[in-house]
Amino acid sequence: MRKLTTVLSVATAALALSSSAVATPPQELIDEGRAIYHDKTRGNCISCHNIDDPVANLPGNQGPMMIAMKQRFPDKRLLRAQVWDATVANPLSIMPPVGKHWILSEDEIDAVVEYIYQY
Amino acid sequence: MQKTKHSLLSVGFAVLSHAAVAAESGFTLETVDPDADRLALQAFYQQRFPGVPLEEYVNGIYAIDPDSRKQWDALMEFPPYEFDLEEGEELFNTPFANGQGYADCFENGGIGIRQKYPYWNREEGSVKTLEQEINECRVKNGEEPLPWKKGDLAKVSAYMAFTSRGKVFEIEIPADDSRALQAYLDGKEFFYSKRGQLNLSCANCHLKGSRIHVRADLPGPALGHPTHFPVVRSKWGEIGTLHRRYEGCYRDTRSVPLPPQADEFRKLEYFQTYMSNGLVVNGPGARK
Ligand code: HEC
Ligand code: HEC
Repeated sequence: MRKLTTVLSVATAALALSSSAVATPPQELIDEGRAIYHDKTRGNCISCHNIDDPVANLPGNQGPMMIAMKQRFPDKRLLRAQVWDATVANPLSIMPPVGKHWILSEDEIDAVVEYIYQY
Repeated sequence: MQKTKHSLLSVGFAVLSHAAVAAESGFTLETVDPDADRLALQAFYQQRFPGVPLEEYVNGIYAIDPDSRKQWDALMEFPPYEFDLEEGEELFNTPFANGQGYADCFENGGIGIRQKYPYWNREEGSVKTLEQEINECRVKNGEEPLPWKKGDLAKVSAYMAFTSRGKVFEIEIPADDSRALQAYLDGKEFFYSKRGQLNLSCANCHLKGSRIHVRADLPGPALGHPTHFPVVRSKWGEIGTLHRRYEGCYRDTRSVPLPPQADEFRKLEYFQTYMSNGLVVNGPGARK
């Protein structure tokens, strides 16, 4: 696991370098996303998705771990679409339609996407 | 009718032990077949958790998760419902102001009848629950009805369940009143429908999601859900009824709240208890 993360972060770094034209998201946005992800009363993503962040507390495992996001979602807009409404890909998904049902605001979804895109 | 049903039941168990899969019968009055649904639900869990005997499903999550089971076995050394049970018995046997008692309102003096609830009441055209009839008994005898979720009502219900322990659930859907099948179907639909802001169905968590963590919580199997109620739940720190639990789980989907004993919840209980036909009454129970 540790190994994999290291390899992945090297890969990520390489990717970031090769596309240095893409602006890095501001740290406040990532921090905001992190708060949303782990807060029971906001995104509560942690209740279903583990993530390799030391603040992760009692993660659930209904959904996949948030890892290798850049590899799995080279197009960030598709990642955002998945978070906005998981029922498009899987109508029976247990994952709540976070955007469609106004669970989070559009800005909050942007923040949470930036946060998970770091993993 | 009764005969056929029972022999079908035992055939069902036998077939399943050979891992046959029964088909789920859908959501229209034309196709719906409660017994096929029941066998399909059993088959689902037997495939999902191979080796867990059907009769274990009266123990909820503790039937399928060994770690939780260990904690529960320790808890059950001194069952936390013992006092409630004693009080329930005393309440049950204390006459009302008019000299009548609970025993006068029920078949067989209220002893050993839990396995017949809920049932379809033809005259009223609705599903009746045990808790409902406990309160109706009070009102009929000039007493105030009790609150639905906890306290004395749950204790009386606990005592009545206790006198029925080991009896096999035998919920019936009378074939000559199509409204009964409709009530079952409504309950089934309620269970499988996604709802609330979180777009969750009961089935999401208790079928596919069972024994998979939602944060620190492990949803248990839906098979056997009603058998051990009322329950002393550590989180409540006291005894509560099935509809109290329904209210909580339903709220967790962020839906517009429904009160205990709402028509929807009684139909849900009818569906869920029918699914548990063949399992025994083991109430009252204890849960984390
Ligand atoms: C109740 C459980 C649950 C919650 C809460 C939840 N998810 Fe999910 N999520 C899932 C499941 C299950 C999947 C797998 C795909 C499916 O069934 O839809 C998934 C899939 C995903 C995926 C796609 C992963 C991939 O590799 O395909 C992403 C990204 C995601 N979730 C992000 C989030 C974020 C961000 C949040 C919080 C705002 C969140 N999820 C909240 C259950 C959940
Ligand atoms: C977000 C997940 C989730 C949803 C949705 C959900 N439940 Fe639950 N439910 C749980 C968890 C977790 C427990 C506690 C563990 C257990 O006992 O199964 C539980 C417990 C229960 C229990 C008590 C089980 C026992 O053995 O004492 C019943 C009955 C129940 N749920 C019914 C329902 C019904 C009916 C619905 C739909 C209205 C529903 N649940 C929706 C997660 C959920």
